[in-house]
Amino acid sequence: MIVENDGTSVLLRRVPVRGEVMAEICTQLAPFRTSDTQVIRGETAISKDLAIDSLAVMDMVMELEDRFDVSIPMNVVAEIQTVDELADTILKLAARR
Amino acid sequence: MGLFDRHAGLLDAYRDVRTTGADPFQIRMERVLSPTEAIINGKTCLTVGTNNYFGLTFDPSCMQAAIDAIQAEGTGTTGSRIANGSYSEHVALEQEIAEFYGKKHCMVFTTGYQANLGVISTLVGQDDFLLIDADSHASIYDACKQTQAEVVRFKHNDPASLDARLRRLKDKNGGDKPGNRLVVLEGIYSMLGDSAPLKEFVEVCKKYGAYVLVDEAHSLGALGDNGRGLCESAGVLDDCHFIVGTFSKTLGAIGGYCVSNDPDFDILRVTTRAYMFTASLPPSIVASVRQALRVVRTRGAELRQQLWDNVHTLYDGLVAQGFKLGPEYGPVVGVHLPDRMMAIGFWRAMLDAGIYVNVAVPPATPNGVSLLRCSLCAVHTKEQLQHMIEVMTGIGRQMGVIGPQLKVAGGSR
Ligand SMILES: Cc1ncc(COP(=O)(O)O)c(C=O)c1O
Repeated sequence: MIVENDGTSVLLRRVPVRGEVMAEICTQLAPFRTSDTQVIRGETAISKDLAIDSLAVMDMVMELEDRFDVSIPMNVVAEIQTVDELADTILKLAARR
Repeated sequence: MGLFDRHAGLLDAYRDVRTTGADPFQIRMERVLSPTEAIINGKTCLTVGTNNYFGLTFDPSCMQAAIDAIQAEGTGTTGSRIANGSYSEHVALEQEIAEFYGKKHCMVFTTGYQANLGVISTLVGQDDFLLIDADSHASIYDACKQTQAEVVRFKHNDPASLDARLRRLKDKNGGDKPGNRLVVLEGIYSMLGDSAPLKEFVEVCKKYGAYVLVDEAHSLGALGDNGRGLCESAGVLDDCHFIVGTFSKTLGAIGGYCVSNDPDFDILRVTTRAYMFTASLPPSIVASVRQALRVVRTRGAELRQQLWDNVHTLYDGLVAQGFKLGPEYGPVVGVHLPDRMMAIGFWRAMLDAGIYVNVAVPPATPNGVSLLRCSLCAVHTKEQLQHMIEVMTGIGRQMGVIGPQLKVAGGSR
């Protein structure tokens, strides 16, 4: 396992397991929980269920990209609705690396 | 679901803004008196938010050139250059801009917005990659929606973040991914007035063979020994493959352009929809812009000095009073306020006191910050700016933004 610090975030260069990705997404999304959605789950719809605007979604994606060393194109981000879909996308891109 | 239901959130926010009494998004300039004064709500106000960096909107030589052109060639071209042909003045303007940058080619657009939209979305296509700074202008984001290329965002002004993303494109499938990479940067960012670390960015782009496009909308005239912008002041004019700019700020009119040395550049004239399917600039605008460019070439050094003296007066004056500003000196000075309502309230109190600036609130701002956005003009006087600092200090104390009950302004970056 290679863990490299690029100064801003810890970069994970091996293929991550699903639990790690889910945990990181939940950490990133925690500040955007609402009274209706206090627990973030796989089926949580990111823009609908949480108090997060599209710009903040893109900023969060940038953090995840640096954590898991993948790039998620903006048009792909636009199609993602749930936490599960986001995790799947990251795992798929990391595996292809 | 009704057509406007999707805007419910924005409508709520907008209602909040309007209930404060004045609507910053529907302000009416009853009469503009000069580059630094306008009558608003029946009162003569100081304007410090018009992007009129050299004050050329009222330059007698530019005004006269426009008047002469209207008399000679009428008010408008009534069509696009593809359909109706170019006037010789369009071509002359393009040659003069190309010459100004020492580049071979120039294309003029009807606005800077269209220049970015058209050029960026057309340069890259299927299998290419467009890499943009997270804080890019709306026109760049809109270009992303129009292109077939994959779009990747990197952290604002962070060459290491760009490097990581270009490296990943290289790593993919164990080898170089086919396709071109175009990196888009801005000379001066329009909200906080900070500049890109262009030299470092260019190094990264060279390492991966990526093309560089720089939008000098706010830096034309303001940066560089000849006023060419950040590309010039950073010493990388030759490494910037495409430079985009606007006539709507320093040059005091309207329109946009892109210059390049690429031998095939002119193909964009028959592929760029934002160029092909809209009317070309009217003769009066072309004439005033040509004259404004002459002013930049002949009196630029002096105007640039005045502008930067004013930048230092305002920036240092506000910092001394405890205001939290954008990270560096620049003709755009962003003043951080703790939240949206405070920004609107502050803006309105300044207007009541006879000073007009812009207010910028999310989602138009990076990182959700709320700002008073000030832009300086070479012809602001020191007295005008000292007065502004006094007024802002008074309001800042009343509102508890600065002074004894110092509140920490939000949205640090
Ligand atoms: C960075 C940037 N690029 C492009 C533009 C568009 O310029 P124009 O007003 O000519 O459409 C602007 C101004 O709004 C800008 O701030």
